[in-house]
Amino acid sequence: MMDLKKVTLNEIHEQLGAKMVDFAGFYMPVRYSSDKAEHLAVREGVGVFDVSHMGEFMLRGEKALDLIQYVSSNDAAKLTDGKVQYSCLPNEEGGIVDDLLIYRMSATEYMLVVNASNIEKDWNWISSHNTFGVEMENISDQISLLAVQGPKATEALQPLTDAKLADIPYYSFVKGTFAGVPDVIISSTGYTGAGGFELYIPNEQAEKVWHHIFEVGKPYNIQPIGLGARDTLRLEMGYCLYGNDIDDVTSPLEAGLSWITKFNKDFINAENLKKQKETGIAKKLVGFVLEEGGVPRRGYDIEDASGQKIGQVTSGTMSPSMNKGIGMGYVNKPYAKVDTEIFINIRGKQKKATIVKLPIYKKIEE
Amino acid sequence: MNFPDDLKYSKDHEWIRVEDNVAYVGISDFAQKELGDIVYVEVETVEEELDQNEVFGTVEAVKTVSDLFMPISGKIIAFNDDLTGEPELVNSAPYEKGWMIKIEMKDPSEIESLMSAEAYKEMVGA
Repeated sequence: MMDLKKVTLNEIHEQLGAKMVDFAGFYMPVRYSSDKAEHLAVREGVGVFDVSHMGEFMLRGEKALDLIQYVSSNDAAKLTDGKVQYSCLPNEEGGIVDDLLIYRMSATEYMLVVNASNIEKDWNWISSHNTFGVEMENISDQISLLAVQGPKATEALQPLTDAKLADIPYYSFVKGTFAGVPDVIISSTGYTGAGGFELYIPNEQAEKVWHHIFEVGKPYNIQPIGLGARDTLRLEMGYCLYGNDIDDVTSPLEAGLSWITKFNKDFINAENLKKQKETGIAKKLVGFVLEEGGVPRRGYDIEDASGQKIGQVTSGTMSPSMNKGIGMGYVNKPYAKVDTEIFINIRGKQKKATIVKLPIYKKIEE
Repeated sequence: MNFPDDLKYSKDHEWIRVEDNVAYVGISDFAQKELGDIVYVEVETVEEELDQNEVFGTVEAVKTVSDLFMPISGKIIAFNDDLTGEPELVNSAPYEKGWMIKIEMKDPSEIESLMSAEAYKEMVGA
C-alpha cells in the first residue's frame, strides 16, 4: 500500500483527538468531536479546516492566460488582479478532469487550486497541453491551506491582519501579512456557504498561524472542523464534489456547470460541448430534499412514482441544519424541474423527495 | 466506556434489559462510539414477531447504515418515538433515553445465550 502523506499540522490534529482517515492519499482529520456539532459550529459561529491536501500550481509567463483559457471552461480573461474564479478542466471525451479555482496574481502569474485526489492527473494534463511555453511549478507540498469558515470568521480573524477583511469581496483575495507571517494569501472563498476565508500559508509557518487563529477565535468559541462536516456543509449548498457528483465521464452541462462553460473562447472539447448545449442534455444534476424519514446515499436509485428508475443519487446525507435527508443526483431531463416529486429507493423502500432549487439549505433571511 | 452490569449483550452489539416479561433493546456504548453521530433510526417492525438474530430495523450514522438484530425472539411492542426527532439520544444515552424497541419475550431462556457485561467488554477489547 502507498504510504499516506501527512499534512504539516498532523500532530496537532492527533493531539486534538481527531479521528484520522485516508482521504485521497492523505492522512486527514475526519472529525474531532461530532460531525453535527462541527457542522453547526461553522453554520452559526466559526470553525477551521485544515485542507492542506489540496494542490496548488503556479503558472507564470506571458502566455499563462492562453494556456489557462485553453484547458479550462470558464472565461479566465475576465479575471483581474486579486480575483478568483471557479472553473473546470474538460477532457476530450465530454467529461471533467477536475474542478478548480483560478487565482490571478498578476497578468503573467496565476495560481490553480485543484483537488487532492487529482494533483498528479491535473499536472500531467495541463503539462501535456502546455505548448505555450508557460512556466509551471507544483507547490502543493510547500503550502498549507486553512479554511476559516462561518459567519463569525471575519470578526474573529480581523485582529491578525491589517488587511480590511470585511472589504474583501467574495471570490477575491489579498496577499498580506497575517498573524505576523508575510505574503499569506487571504482569500474570500470556501466550500461551506457560511462565509469566511481560505489562507494559503508556507508550511513552516502553518503551526504559528493555526495557534494564532485559535487564540483570537477563543471568544467566538472557534472549533477545529473535520472533513465529515465539510462534506455535509458543501452538500447543503449543492456544491459538486469531484469523484461523487462530477468525474471523468460527467458532462459539465449535465452537472449544472453551464455558468462556468463559456463558448466565447476556444478550449478543450468546446465544440462537442457546444453541440451538446444545442441538442440538449439527457440528464441533469439536481438537489433534492427527502419528505420522509431516511438518509439518501450515493448509489441509491431515483425513481418515479411507478418505481421506474429515472436517475441515481451521487451524494446524500442527513442535513444537520435541516434535520432532513438531502442529496444530489442525476435525473432524466423531464424530471429535473424544481418542485418535481421523485422517489429515492432506500434499500427497497420508496421514499418521497422533492427537487429543490440550489442551495438545498436556504438560510433564513434576517 | 460504560457497560452496565444489569444488562445482557449480543455479539451484534445490542443490549437488552429485562423487566418481567418485557425487554428493552438498544445498542451498546461501544457501538454508538464506533458509528459516530446517529442521524436516523428506522424500525418498521412494530407488532411483528421476529426470531432471535432477525433484523428489526436499521440505524444510520453520517456515513454508514447498519442493521439492527433481535437479541432474543419475541414480539416488538413499541418503538422509542423520541428517536424520531432526536436520534442523537442513541449517542448521548445509549442505555437510557436511547433505547430502541420494547419486546414481549417469546422464550426468556434465550437470555442465557447472551453475554454478561464482563464477557462483552472482553469481546470488544474495552
